[in-house]
Amino acid sequence: MSAPAPSMYSPAAKAVAERLGLQMGRANLEAFADTLLELARADRNVLAVTSDSRGSGKLGPFGQALPGQIVEVGIAEQALVGIAAGLGSCGKNVFAVSPACFLTARSLEQIKNDICYSDHPVTLVGISAGVSYGALGTTHHSLHDFAVLRAINNVTVVAPADNFETREAVRAAAASDRPVYLRFGKAPLYTLPAGGSEPFRFGPARQLRDGDDVAFLATGETVVHALLAAAHLEATAGLRCRVLSFPTVKPLDVAAVAAAAKECHAVVTAEEHMVHGGFGEAVASVIAQAGLAVRFRLVGIPDDYTVTGSQADIFRHYGLTMEGLAATALDALKRT
Amino acid sequence: MPTDRELALKSLRYRRSVLRWIKHAGAGHTGGSLSCVDILNVLYNRILRVSPATAADPGRDRYIQSKGHSVEALFVVLADRGFFPESDLETLCAYRSPYVGHPTRHVAGVEQNTGALGHGLPIAVGTALAAKLDGADFRAFTLLGDGELAEGSNWEGALAGAHYKLDNLTAVIDCNTLQITGRTRDVMNHEPLAEKWAAFGWAVRTVDGHDLAALTAALERPLEAGKPSCIIARTTKGKGVSFMEDVGKWHHGVPNDAEYAQAIGELDAALAALTGGAA
Repeated sequence: MSAPAPSMYSPAAKAVAERLGLQMGRANLEAFADTLLELARADRNVLAVTSDSRGSGKLGPFGQALPGQIVEVGIAEQALVGIAAGLGSCGKNVFAVSPACFLTARSLEQIKNDICYSDHPVTLVGISAGVSYGALGTTHHSLHDFAVLRAINNVTVVAPADNFETREAVRAAAASDRPVYLRFGKAPLYTLPAGGSEPFRFGPARQLRDGDDVAFLATGETVVHALLAAAHLEATAGLRCRVLSFPTVKPLDVAAVAAAAKECHAVVTAEEHMVHGGFGEAVASVIAQAGLAVRFRLVGIPDDYTVTGSQADIFRHYGLTMEGLAATALDALKRT
Repeated sequence: MPTDRELALKSLRYRRSVLRWIKHAGAGHTGGSLSCVDILNVLYNRILRVSPATAADPGRDRYIQSKGHSVEALFVVLADRGFFPESDLETLCAYRSPYVGHPTRHVAGVEQNTGALGHGLPIAVGTALAAKLDGADFRAFTLLGDGELAEGSNWEGALAGAHYKLDNLTAVIDCNTLQITGRTRDVMNHEPLAEKWAAFGWAVRTVDGHDLAALTAALERPLEAGKPSCIIARTTKGKGVSFMEDVGKWHHGVPNDAEYAQAIGELDAALAALTGGAA
């Protein structure tokens, strides 16, 4: 038996989560697999295409329930995406499922040409994304996927923050006739509070908390840490913090970014991605082009040899936890 | 079904048009377009169940040109089949024209956007697999260059095609033995080619890629039940123009005025010989 993985949440963070009434959900990967199975049972054109990844994609039950709707291509990510394009071109609603690190690097040219440029309705599902495979080393990290896909036309880039966003994103991707990239981790996540009454769709940010001292703009599995940091800062420093979850990294909710930059004293972005070319730089570009002057901090993985360890270790190391994000926000608010 | 003679005339006219539009655009992949003209001729005039009227029919056959750079041959054949007026090619490679230097779905009749090599076969595998999943009887064809075979993704696709027993899939290799740097065997040798594909589980036939009857016989039905088909078409780069044949510089060479006049003269003479002067 291996030692239990260190928790992503410190005792203090867990106490804040409890105070907020957050319930621990499942891994987004599991919510994805359940939702896909549900969709595929209702529509035989929904296919999962895997590259020896049905286990890591939690698609074992899918394969058992619907063996005619899962296509195995072996450890061959380029063929995975090309075959998905061929299937998609013939009316299949394809979910191509592979670890994000390989899917968005090994087969990037197939994504660019066969899916995006050719405009086929394929959903690319990057599993165990970011530093989910933290201890396995840089080969297994995907800290480049936002950057490379932001630079490719005709793909919606989505990083759900909890099981709700995941289920909604999978349904939205299945309903979309355009290319979509979904990115999931494999650790259980707290379920976030409802973000407004609007039905989920690709594009809009979800406001989880309002305030005008600091705006935390976050995406994917860092959102919960931003929410905890906001609550922590209110309790300990009397700061009112806005928290926005951006399940859609591209196209970005420009209005929500601009409003946050106008209405708050500081903006802090958080992402499980390298600081170059990702979500934070997209936010910074909006703020700069809008001519807004606001204190700004971008939290992500720096351009350095990435430390290894569990996802929790890496989040803590780079300040993507409640404590780290709260400290960054306080630093941003300091008069210089 | 056109006769052998009618097809032979078409090949000459296609070669003439390929040169015309490359000369007009001042750019193009001359040698490889000329080497695959006969293959495209047979596919589009004898084999493929496709037409402008049925271009959106889910049951149509699919052709995916993996060697996308030989797009001039594809455009000329599609125009002849009525997908668009050939005069559209006056905009070939021009500002905002859909007729760019590689196939795109913005052009009527083109199934997939290609141009980066090593992409067509996996896409064709997915296409053929979609037919199998639906119990449909359409076939998927892809045209590969021999230089292109150094791309590893082809061999991923080759494995998958055999694994799924896709006998509705045919890969044609335009084996003209030249690539931009020189002889394929010197740049990256892929021989013995037939044995490789057979070892990957494909049914293989080697044909003269300029013999219209032999191409027809090889393509008209799958070679073997339960296996994808690989047709190794032995071709000559620059086929049909004496000074371009088997000369590497014509990979993407554009003829000057004198060369163009000579090339058209040779093709016209061949047409005249076939028609008794009535071309």
